[in-house]
Amino acid sequence: MATYILRRILISLPIILGITVIVFMLANMMPGDAVLAMISSDTPLEAELIKLRQGQLGLDLPLYEQYGRWLGNLLRGNMGYSFQTGEPVFEMIMRRIPATLELMGFSLLISVILGVTLGTISALKQYSALDYGLTLFGFTGISIPDFFLSLILIFVFALKLDWFPTSGMVTAGEPFSWADNLHHLFLPALALALVRTAVFMRYTRASVLEVINDDYVRTARAKGMTEFVVTARHILRNALIPVITVIGINLTVLFAGSVIIETIFQWPGIGMMFINAISLRDSPVIMGYVLFSAFVVLIANLLTDVTYSWADPRIRYE
Amino acid sequence: MTATAPAITFATTKPESLWGKARKRFFRHKLAMFGLVTLSLLIFVSVAAPLLTPYSPVELDLRAIRQPPSAAHWLGTDGTGRDVLTRVLYAGRISLSVGLVSVSISMLIGIIIGSIAGYAGGKVDMILMRVTDMFMTFPSLVIIITVAAAMGPSVYNAMLVIGLLTWPSIARLVRGQFLTLREQQFVRAARSIGVSSWEITFKHIFPNTISSIAVAITFGVANAILLEASLSFLGLGVQAPTPSWGNMLRDAQSLNILEGMPWMWLPPGLMIALAVLSINFIGDGLRDALDPRSML
Repeated sequence: MATYILRRILISLPIILGITVIVFMLANMMPGDAVLAMISSDTPLEAELIKLRQGQLGLDLPLYEQYGRWLGNLLRGNMGYSFQTGEPVFEMIMRRIPATLELMGFSLLISVILGVTLGTISALKQYSALDYGLTLFGFTGISIPDFFLSLILIFVFALKLDWFPTSGMVTAGEPFSWADNLHHLFLPALALALVRTAVFMRYTRASVLEVINDDYVRTARAKGMTEFVVTARHILRNALIPVITVIGINLTVLFAGSVIIETIFQWPGIGMMFINAISLRDSPVIMGYVLFSAFVVLIANLLTDVTYSWADPRIRYE
Repeated sequence: MTATAPAITFATTKPESLWGKARKRFFRHKLAMFGLVTLSLLIFVSVAAPLLTPYSPVELDLRAIRQPPSAAHWLGTDGTGRDVLTRVLYAGRISLSVGLVSVSISMLIGIIIGSIAGYAGGKVDMILMRVTDMFMTFPSLVIIITVAAAMGPSVYNAMLVIGLLTWPSIARLVRGQFLTLREQQFVRAARSIGVSSWEITFKHIFPNTISSIAVAITFGVANAILLEASLSFLGLGVQAPTPSWGNMLRDAQSLNILEGMPWMWLPPGLMIALAVLSINFIGDGLRDALDPRSML
């Protein structure tokens, strides 16, 4: 397994290099001058001053040299500094990543539990009214934009019913408590989870239907096992293997979705940092985030494959 | 010696063609029919918008700001006195065309790259697939937001960005199909009698990939509409005063409007959901009709 993981990482190296080139080119396409953005509009624009600052930032060098410097720094763990605050980008990401992970983790938990349960029920009761209802729910789930869903959730549960706060991670001015934090987490996590729930439900249903008539399921029933044991130990154990891949693919989607959800709920994670950086044209932060998101995908793919081979002994990567 | 062939009478009724069967399966699919009717209706009211409403989607009417739904304004008016229903109808034109145009772009790129990789195989395939992998390594929304910000927000850039960044999955699909198809007997037979590569690709392999491509196009349009809505919601897509379903929802970012004036943001949001839902239903029907083997 260790050699497999190592080999996968080595194979990804050219892809990672390609990614850095794409990210660097993107950052250079960004309109707006970083130097002009830093100088307040009141200050008279001194050409000399602008030149000087450009020189300090290395913006007057040829592009390939800028890329080389940037890549060199990157390898030393230096992702550059925010044009806005001067903060190191790496530290900005590290400081905000726990909030994003909390949101993603909680959403994943909700969507996997709900999706697998509903999908299994739907398959066991195939062609019943409940099955049709859940299928319809599944379709709606994948068709509703997550930001619209967030607005509805805020409208109903935060503004009308006043059960949950509209935004933020904790109540401002109060000492941190987990209860308060979870109270804030609930709505954004739900908004992020519902779309995934629908996806997991559809795949679980299809996957359960595929094994439900297999011989070993009939054997288990013939042995007189209760329906619950048959479902949990025989059907699900096999049906969930392909679902692992689907969950793995959706880690990426969850990560991308957190960008919009964090912005709407003012959840102080890296997604909100990214959108702020986009509106301020803070390209080191944008580059840092895009690069980071690509790493998240690579790691998620690797994790998926590893889990898959662990869950299905028929598949072994040599 | 001449042998007289025994007289065989053929059944006079023609056997049903594959396409005929598929069409029947599709039209029996209730959800797909619902989707088709709803989508046609949406397209009709968007196209016929100028005939259906007396108001302009962009002109301000400062005497009628933030009015709740009434007989004159069925869905009320927005912060600058524009009729919400009118804007929703006109926005349909923008949102649906962004969906169609961007999917056309991504299909074109995806099919070309996928078929070259799948047909050529070997080194060409390797290189093209590594490039595809590279593009797939970015979460699509993240890279789309970044490029849209870099190119500057506009309708055309939204179409372009979504089209240019959603082709990798199509390329993979087409390549996979080509890889299986090119080893099949009928392709080998064609090659053995000297049919050119060009002709094999277009006359023999490509027609067999059309079913999967049709399904992918349908889901692609749904996805593109959602992406455009997200972009415009973030202010990186269609720009005011041109209405799109996504940018109309921007108003709801103010808690005042969100809480007190739901007529401004509920209709465009529901339209996105309805349009995407209809297209997903159609896609599901197409998949059942064209590719009965697939489970999902």
